[in-house]
Amino acid sequence: MPAISREEVAHLARLARLAVTDEELDMFAGQLDVILGAVARVGEVAADDIPPTSHVVPLTNVLREDEPQPSIDREAVLAVAPAAEDGRFRVPRILDEDA
Amino acid sequence: MSAELIRLTAADTAAKIAAGEVTAVEVAHAHLDRIAAVDERVHSFLQVDADGALAAAEAVDTARASGEKLGPLAGVPLALKDVVVTKGLETTSGSKILKGWIPPYDATITTKMRDAGIVILGKTNMDEFAMGSSTENSAYGATHNPWDLDRTPGGSSGGSSAAVAAFEAPLSIGTDTGGSIRQPAAVTGIVGHKPTYGAVSRRGLIAFSSSLDQAGPFGRTVLDAALLHEVIAGHDPGDSTSLNVPVSQVVAAAREGAQGDLGGLTVGVVRELGGEGYEPGVEAAARETYARLEQMGAKVVEVSCPNFTYALAAYYLIAPSECSSNLARFDSVRYGLRVGDDGVNSLEDVMSLTREAGFGAEVKRRIMIGTYALSSGYYDAYYGQAQKVRTLISRDFAAAFETCDVLVSPATPTVAFRLGERVDDPMAMYAADLCTLPASLAGLPAISVPAGLSEGLPVGLQIMAPALADDRCYRVAAAVEASFGHPLIDDAPELHR
Amino acid sequence: MTTSTLPTYDDVIARYEPVIGLETHVELGTRTKMFCGCSTVFGAEPNTQVCPVCLGLPGSLPVANKAAIEATIRIGLALNCSIAEWCRFARKNYFYPDMPKNYQISQYDEPLCVDGYLDVVVDGQEYRIGIERVHLEEDTGKSLHVGGATGRIHGATHSLVDFNRAGIPLVEIVTKPVPGLGAKAPEVAKAYVTELRNVIRGLGVSDVRMEQGSMRCDVNTSLMPRGGTEWGTRTETKNVNSLRSVERAVRSEMLRQASVLDTGGRIIQETRHFHEDTGVSTSGRSKEEATDYRYFPEPDLAPLAPDPAWVEELRATLPEPPSVRRRRLQDAWGLTDHDMDSIANAGAVELIEATIEAGASSETARKWWLGVLARRANETGVELDALPVTPAQVAALQALVDAGRINDKLARQVLEGVLAGEGDPETVVAARGLEVVSDTGALGAAVDEAIAANPDVAQKIRDGKVAAAGALVGAVMKTTKGQADAKTVRELILERLT
Repeated sequence: MPAISREEVAHLARLARLAVTDEELDMFAGQLDVILGAVARVGEVAADDIPPTSHVVPLTNVLREDEPQPSIDREAVLAVAPAAEDGRFRVPRILDEDA
Repeated sequence: MSAELIRLTAADTAAKIAAGEVTAVEVAHAHLDRIAAVDERVHSFLQVDADGALAAAEAVDTARASGEKLGPLAGVPLALKDVVVTKGLETTSGSKILKGWIPPYDATITTKMRDAGIVILGKTNMDEFAMGSSTENSAYGATHNPWDLDRTPGGSSGGSSAAVAAFEAPLSIGTDTGGSIRQPAAVTGIVGHKPTYGAVSRRGLIAFSSSLDQAGPFGRTVLDAALLHEVIAGHDPGDSTSLNVPVSQVVAAAREGAQGDLGGLTVGVVRELGGEGYEPGVEAAARETYARLEQMGAKVVEVSCPNFTYALAAYYLIAPSECSSNLARFDSVRYGLRVGDDGVNSLEDVMSLTREAGFGAEVKRRIMIGTYALSSGYYDAYYGQAQKVRTLISRDFAAAFETCDVLVSPATPTVAFRLGERVDDPMAMYAADLCTLPASLAGLPAISVPAGLSEGLPVGLQIMAPALADDRCYRVAAAVEASFGHPLIDDAPELHR
Repeated sequence: MTTSTLPTYDDVIARYEPVIGLETHVELGTRTKMFCGCSTVFGAEPNTQVCPVCLGLPGSLPVANKAAIEATIRIGLALNCSIAEWCRFARKNYFYPDMPKNYQISQYDEPLCVDGYLDVVVDGQEYRIGIERVHLEEDTGKSLHVGGATGRIHGATHSLVDFNRAGIPLVEIVTKPVPGLGAKAPEVAKAYVTELRNVIRGLGVSDVRMEQGSMRCDVNTSLMPRGGTEWGTRTETKNVNSLRSVERAVRSEMLRQASVLDTGGRIIQETRHFHEDTGVSTSGRSKEEATDYRYFPEPDLAPLAPDPAWVEELRATLPEPPSVRRRRLQDAWGLTDHDMDSIANAGAVELIEATIEAGASSETARKWWLGVLARRANETGVELDALPVTPAQVAALQALVDAGRINDKLARQVLEGVLAGEGDPETVVAARGLEVVSDTGALGAAVDEAIAANPDVAQKIRDGKVAAAGALVGAVMKTTKGQADAKTVRELILERLT
């Protein structure tokens, strides 16, 4: 069971959009190493033929009718927005060209 | 008068209001006064909504005066965990990233409680995004245990449990994902119940771990918790995981259990929920309670659920995985904190700076663990395997319930620990959930009821039942409570300094 | 890389075998979004069709739209797929400002429909395109990029996001890779998208307009050296916004990849962006390291387990497949395969059928759609069904001609008016005063004028050369701007001169 390196923790932080500081990285690397070591215990269980549980209640086909419901008032929506312009949410320049 | 009013149970408060002996406004004032007197030391509340509470109380008084029939909890004050969305009232989930967020809608349970005439006094403190066992992970400071202000009230619903234990409200709402109602109830000497998963709507609960989160009641008595349970439970078409079944008749079960007759009931003591890591005083108190169950006619046996020893590992993979995804929406775009928008930084940078500034350490840890566990190449060994362990735990329960009606254990391995004791040791903090995790993973109902003291601090007994058998939990809990003669909280030290 | 270094298409085919694959996203025309009750009506003011769910507000939960599930199953059945007995939604996790939750609810390894096929015909040859999967997901919001020169992200100072379209139900249809097409690969790709569009339009679940974005196509292309055993690296081309572009995208990518391989280069696995104006694609994001979306089953939604009886009910509601319909109409209209293919390729089958249903004959319906209107569509670069004229209007136009109220020449002018948005044919005729005049009194003056202006021709007619009347008729048509009824004019002329 691999220990998690500081670089891997930095990578995880990037994936999760967390601008962690160097001090935090040091602290988290140690802590995550311990935690991941503990949770890796699940691997000790022989479970090849065991189906995973994604939903603990045996519900299926929970659907709703295609009937329009009132939307929220735009004023209320934009009032809590960090920045708005022309009825839209304003965000800083985007870097990646997502296809 | 004020001092007496705050000592009443929710049931008695509602009865006096209905009988005209006291007004809901008087009751509300009494509790607002109590909060003003003690909350500086306890810090249960993040926000007190006096205007809203008095308006709600007035509405109940008006209804009563015009002859309307009042519901069983009309006019009763309640403290609401700040993970539950309230329209027009700031909701932060204990985090800086939502400081100042005013939701434009009410959670389903908020609406239900308002409709029932319950008077919401304010929002209570909690571990940030419900992640923690001591309320020390709150971005707004810790809550103190009314039994000993140097100790934690448990978590993540520590503010809600402390509020009830400090007589700031007779009722409160918490949420339980891995034990966050049961463990605080146990260490503050009150009753707390985690309903069957799906019995209470999650619509409007700020999500931590979607397949585990459930809202539930706190009360100083089993009957009080049962009354609140019946208000908040029920099918919600706005929640696709909500069970479409009749609400479990927990009030009737609580009244029946209070008779103290458990003849015909088989109680299973789970062997794996004890031993190393458990304080001897806690285990002694639990054993003493098992003896009481026998005295009331129950048959007490030992059962083994071997996969329970993997519950902590499975939980600390599943919950972080789901939360890493649930918390991705806090990105500075549509609501909440925005940091670093200086006209130069890119959106990606602003998102990262915002989340760095807005989330605390525990939240970051769990997000990173979850990101790791879901990563391609790791999914099968971690998240996927944890979901299989979850199945095995459910099977252990099913096997045990073939011979037992309920299963019991301590609600948490120790009495309330000191503030600061575990903050730097995540694994030590996680250990507080050892007893409560299995029922969470299996989605089963589980209650914590006071079961005496150890070293002067409360111990809670956990009672678990099969899915949808919430009433069984309340029945047995009521019997335990009856066997002690009076609610444990009456023995709590006075809050004075 | 300049065009002059590209090999010829024939050259490429001689040395390489193309393999193509297509991924199509279809916006369903349901009344509400996939996971909430917000309206889906197009063109609303920004952020007026939003709610806690589609804005991703804390505490919000999705509830699946039954009509969207039904539509997806019907699409799967029409594509000969098996419908899953039990499947789940999954979260696809990535950060982007137009994603309210920073995960998209989609399906991962358990799509609702699997393993089907669609048959297409190109130049008389039938091809079976395998369908890998059909699944359901939610669309994102829309961003405007402000401050740059082109409205694209590059050079923008900030962006503005509208979440009205966030949560619209999207059906994703993915083909199996299709080898063995040889030189026909581009045309088969286009034929597949065309036929897919016909099938979906026939189900009534989407208006599938590529130019409006309710149908979006990504094209995957790879080349394998002839006689090779391993398929080449494939690239994905996005922003393919018309049927014509599907063909062009495949063709241009085949040429580009061949020229890279010819010079000993390596194809980079990447996403490319197609440009309508130049007909070629440019490099987008490198997909060398495929994004890890950390998929896991969506815990907020219950699994789907479509009742087999319900699926059979839905199967019974499927309309006649377009290919079967085309054969039936071909027989009814008495056309050759070649003629029917032309009609199908022009996208005119339904238009002609609808025009006939509205009262026109099959010959006249075909004349209008395959003649003037097809030319107009070509000139303006739109699909035939995007022209601002309806089958009902075409039938009404022909009815006016049949009733003698307008002649063919006037009919062209009336059609111009309809296309210009001046209204129905009747309205245009009245507004522009294009009705044929057959009132003898009104025409009399014009006839007299023509006779007076052409004394020699008039004399010929008096002398018995009746055929010369044609020239005088022409003259009258000129002075009446074509609005005289030719037959009446002729009668009047002969009356006066014989």
